[in-house]
Amino acid sequence: MNEQAQMSEQPTNFGFSDENAKAAEAVITKYPKGWKASAVMPLLDLAQRQNDGWLPRVAMDYVADMLSMPRIRVYEVATFYTMYNLNPVGKYHVQVCTNLPCWLRGSDAIVGSCKSKLGVEFGETTKDRLFTLSEAECLGACVNAPMMQINDDFYEDLDSGSTESILGELAAGSKPKTGSQIGRVSCEPIDGLTTLTHQAEARAAKLGVA
Amino acid sequence: MLADKDRIFSNIYGLEDPYLKGAKKRGDWDGTKAILELGREEIVNRIKASGLRGRGGAGFSTGMKWSFMPKEPSGRPHYLVINADEGEPGTCKDREIMRHDPHKLIEGALIASFAMGANAAYCYVRGEFFRETEALQRAVDEAYAVGLIGDNACKSGFKFDFYIHRGMGSYICGEETALIESLEGKKGQPRLKPPFPANVGLYGAPTTVNNVESIAVAPEILRRGSEWFAGFGRPNNTGTKLFLISGHVNQPCLVEEEMSIPLKELIEKHAGGVRGGWDNLKGVIPGGASVPVLPRHLCDDVLMDFDSLREQQSGLGTAAVMVMDQSTDIVRAITRLSAFYKHESCGQCTPCREGTGWMWRMMKKMSAGTAQPDEIDMLEEVTRQIEGHTICALGDAAAWPIQGLIRHFRPELEKRIAEVKSGNSQAA
Repeated sequence: MNEQAQMSEQPTNFGFSDENAKAAEAVITKYPKGWKASAVMPLLDLAQRQNDGWLPRVAMDYVADMLSMPRIRVYEVATFYTMYNLNPVGKYHVQVCTNLPCWLRGSDAIVGSCKSKLGVEFGETTKDRLFTLSEAECLGACVNAPMMQINDDFYEDLDSGSTESILGELAAGSKPKTGSQIGRVSCEPIDGLTTLTHQAEARAAKLGVA
Repeated sequence: MLADKDRIFSNIYGLEDPYLKGAKKRGDWDGTKAILELGREEIVNRIKASGLRGRGGAGFSTGMKWSFMPKEPSGRPHYLVINADEGEPGTCKDREIMRHDPHKLIEGALIASFAMGANAAYCYVRGEFFRETEALQRAVDEAYAVGLIGDNACKSGFKFDFYIHRGMGSYICGEETALIESLEGKKGQPRLKPPFPANVGLYGAPTTVNNVESIAVAPEILRRGSEWFAGFGRPNNTGTKLFLISGHVNQPCLVEEEMSIPLKELIEKHAGGVRGGWDNLKGVIPGGASVPVLPRHLCDDVLMDFDSLREQQSGLGTAAVMVMDQSTDIVRAITRLSAFYKHESCGQCTPCREGTGWMWRMMKKMSAGTAQPDEIDMLEEVTRQIEGHTICALGDAAAWPIQGLIRHFRPELEKRIAEVKSGNSQAA
């Protein structure tokens, strides 16, 4: 469950941009007539994305009115799901998985690198408001552990060095490589394919080692 | 070992084009119309005959599940809901299907929906899988554009829509009725059953919830025949299966293998063996976080299937194999899982809401060695009070890892407590 309390200073108004208003209309059509409430999660996500990654109370109210839902029902949803940030977050939300498969592969070191590189603890944001650091539950990339998610992207097969350079690149305004950091295309065995071996050449080409 | 020609997921590593052109080359969407022309009943019968058991963890017969949907039109719509809320620690297979073989899922969704009289499928993808959702949406758009799905899917005259719904970070929404609640725009709290979703599910209408992998293998089973699929594995444990090997192995990976492959063979053939050799193995959690750990001596001969693992008081679950070598602090490992279940309890049932927190606090004491020796039995007793006393299986899932730990590693718990008591602790 989402365990945040909404603490921060609240803006006083919110409305979808023209683009998001259109996107919201398109989302609502995915659900049968009379079941507009189904759109509450995607609409709250849209609102959060428009509002620099966090969800103020006025945005929840706005979505509630749009879907003709009692406001309390929307608050229930916003406070139940962990991906809704009820307080401001940095430009980059760094979520490090510490669940068992990642822990077995050294997530303690990844957490340590993040904390020392960013100078913050879990739940804190750097002074320049670039990074928020969070501890995450299993993110579903376990054969590429340890891993972290930053905004919409996964960074996998990490060690301290790659973790620090990813954070460094983001801080410098560049785009680090997503996915595996150690020469895997995705979830295949690193030393070579044990199945689908006819794709070995395609793999080499993807890795740039043909 | 399974031959490549018998592998269903022929692009699971994403080495080829995952989209329509590549998918068609690999045989997807081949003769889909002819499959639909078999008719509802025949499709369900063939899936039943293949022996396919649900790939999401519970292992219930997929064909049987489909057959529970009402046969006669009642005026209410029917729905297929695809569970892509993959969140069981250790599990990352549906992710690879969605981003590397998405057309298998979409074609399977069409066939399954047709077999259940559903004109729409909702695929509930966990919110963290943002890029995977993009890939799947792109494949869906492609399928619409060429008429494989839509008002006249594959020119069959059958109308079929495929919608993606993103979750927003909640493990419990992988439970089918919590998922339905969430799709309806509510907190993800499981429903009391009965009524079962096949009677009253999404929007009060007959609904079947299936795992991504269960749906994605259906087209290939129907193309190649039930006997082909049933020819792999052991009776009652048939087919091919995606296995995930993580933790202390030389090459963590995902691989499609024959059901009932020996655990040791799976680890040694595909994952490069246990770090430091087989003798360095301490234990394996064979099916995702909620199944009990197996100590080394049980790992030597156990087969990776539903029945074999059940005989060892564990389970196949999602076939997510987490390997732990001798360096592992197994008490701390299970404590981490207890923290997870405490975090993910939806708070609806008292035994789970209070129990997961209590078990976690007790596990922290076990981990530090500051518990009392008789608290081991008390902890075991409390897990029995939680197990089976909640609406959904999260309470069970939280209890089982601890039961497995006490069953197989009790001396380790006792030793730690004794060490702290005598003042020469390394653990505290």
